[in-house]
Amino acid sequence: MKDDSVNHARAARDFLQDHAHASWHDSAIWWVRHKRDVQAAQLPEWEGLRELARQIKAHTLSHLDVYLQEFEAKARANGVMVHWAADAAEHNRIVHGILAAHSVKKLVKSKSMLTEECGLNPYLETRGIEVIDTDLGERIVQLRHEAPSHIVMPAIHLKKEQIGELFQRELGTAAGNNDPTYLTHAARTNLREHFLSADAGLTGVNFAIAETGAVVVCTNEGNADLGAALPPLHIASMGLEKVIPKLEHLSVFTRLLARSAIGSPTTTYTSHFERARPGGEMHIVIVDNGRSDILGRADFYESLRCIRCGACMNTCPVYRRSSGFSYSYIIPGPIGSTLGPSRDIKKHASMAFACTTCGSCNNVCPVKIPLADQLVAQRARAFDAGAMAKGKKGGVLALRTLLGHPKLFELAGGAMRKIVPILPERLNSAIPYSRPGRELPTMPAQSFKQWWQQNRKKP
Amino acid sequence: MPCEPMKIGLFIPCHVNALTPHIAIATLELLEAYGLDVDYPMAQTCCGQPLFNNGDLKGAAAAAHRFSQLFAGYDYVVAPSSSCVSHTACHYPPHTPGYAALQPRIYEIVEFLQDVLNVSALPKPVYFPHKVSIHQSCHGLRQRNHATASELMLPYQSRLERILALVDGITLTQPQRRDECCGFGGTFCVDEADVSVAMGQDRIAGHAATGAEFIVGAEASCLMHMGGILRHQHGTLRTLHIVEILNGKAAA
Ligand code: SF4
Repeated sequence: MKDDSVNHARAARDFLQDHAHASWHDSAIWWVRHKRDVQAAQLPEWEGLRELARQIKAHTLSHLDVYLQEFEAKARANGVMVHWAADAAEHNRIVHGILAAHSVKKLVKSKSMLTEECGLNPYLETRGIEVIDTDLGERIVQLRHEAPSHIVMPAIHLKKEQIGELFQRELGTAAGNNDPTYLTHAARTNLREHFLSADAGLTGVNFAIAETGAVVVCTNEGNADLGAALPPLHIASMGLEKVIPKLEHLSVFTRLLARSAIGSPTTTYTSHFERARPGGEMHIVIVDNGRSDILGRADFYESLRCIRCGACMNTCPVYRRSSGFSYSYIIPGPIGSTLGPSRDIKKHASMAFACTTCGSCNNVCPVKIPLADQLVAQRARAFDAGAMAKGKKGGVLALRTLLGHPKLFELAGGAMRKIVPILPERLNSAIPYSRPGRELPTMPAQSFKQWWQQNRKKP
Repeated sequence: MPCEPMKIGLFIPCHVNALTPHIAIATLELLEAYGLDVDYPMAQTCCGQPLFNNGDLKGAAAAAHRFSQLFAGYDYVVAPSSSCVSHTACHYPPHTPGYAALQPRIYEIVEFLQDVLNVSALPKPVYFPHKVSIHQSCHGLRQRNHATASELMLPYQSRLERILALVDGITLTQPQRRDECCGFGGTFCVDEADVSVAMGQDRIAGHAATGAEFIVGAEASCLMHMGGILRHQHGTLRTLHIVEILNGKAAA
């Protein structure tokens, strides 16, 4: 489980101690951003697609009640059982209820950030149900008892040597063999046994189509398909923002999703689940868990357009240099830094400040969420809630006062120019600005204002 | 040049005023060399961006009000800072008294030279036989369209490259990651000092790998941040604000 008390700046400092690993992390993820650029550049209509995707989502969110009800009716007509969960607890209760009614002992799960958000795994495990994550990256972090550090590449924080050691311990692979193909085959063999012996499969949902009542799941490993097709019981958990009106809208998103996420033209599998397999049962759980609160906030509702591609993480210079574990909310990076604070500003305030406002995330986002602007808007909520770093609000208020008093403002600048050059070395390096590898600017003899008075001021 | 001499209000960001006045002087001299009447309203302090970025919307609104009054009488407001211009031109509350009329007249210096003066030459020829690596600062890049951001699949253009083409002898280059953030980020550079410095070090390494002698940009704060890291590293690479090249001072 994720440590939700982590402070971004402190955790990032720890992460950066291992310089070689931090720099590898940055390069590995930048490579994915680069692949995204290469793929996107091949579509002359790329920027048009983003705009279209934005509009479809914006329209859907403004008619969400209509499309959700249409989706529910169509899914029911397909023989699917539909459940509504107001929050994480209700979601977990519903899922457990379905599993208990079928005496399920083992559940295979494909990747779903929603079930991470709801804390489903520990909930089921304490109730005697074995849960196996079947996405390779998710399986790796599950075996390590960790949370995913990225929403698309859950184990991106690990090097192949670490995975080799883990698999040697957990799956009995040969010591010292870190060959990715070998390790993947070992995981596959192990997972196959679980697929065959599971009593139920749970998948996430990438898109829910109101017109047909089908859910669409995009994976590269085919694990969702095995999990949904082999056991007789399939549960699909979805956030209520996943609905889109029509099947014809889907291709706009599938063209954007894999290109944005991993720099591939498409995911290997784009699977449509419309009804249970013969003799089986299919359930869909539609989860709110704070989403309708966000929908009601003018500054933040646009974050519900997110299709969880992870591109904003890959481009974020702060994420790449601090890793997903430096963020207190289960979803890290730019999108997590608006969703987390939306949920609980006091707990997740440090995320809103883990941003230089460079705005690169706004530009990669396939549904054009103004992420950087939302982070700044979250800071206003932190300011109002008294959730800023210690002593900071006082500094901001002092600046606010100085701003209205040009003479005092100038005096403060003058004092700084006089004091900094005569600071003893020890004190100088204690200033947060100069502490880690950066020196304070050399102080000029006078300000521009003083220069202007001497050289240009008209009598 | 218009018949009525236009009146320019020089907007000098607080950090330039206090820490890098030579950039303000170079900006002033450059504008004067084009024969413009430039005034510097003495009561200016700070545009309020640090308040806005730290969630103090009330303080930021007061700063917007102050700024709008202070510069109301000028035909144009010009500043050597793409970030403070982005803030004043893109993030002030739209209904601030006097702001609607002022907003379209706020320019960063390179924008002003290109879009208002339409310059095709520098006031006096500048010979700068050096290789410079262009530093795109994020707010100028992504809020003021100073260049096509690398994320966008749109035709490439770059203001800074266009204006530096007027300099003789200069060789332009840019880092492989052509517009990644340097990590300054205002108060971010103190709040998140470690990430800030790590980003700055990587950015400098990117510029250095081009073989350039200078990092050149249009935002003093990013240059100050990278300059502080460079001094710590005792490297030979130096930062220059673009106005220092354009007015010929850097060449001297
Ligand atoms: S916010 Fe945009 S870029 Fe980030 S994960 Fe969501 S869709 Fe992708």
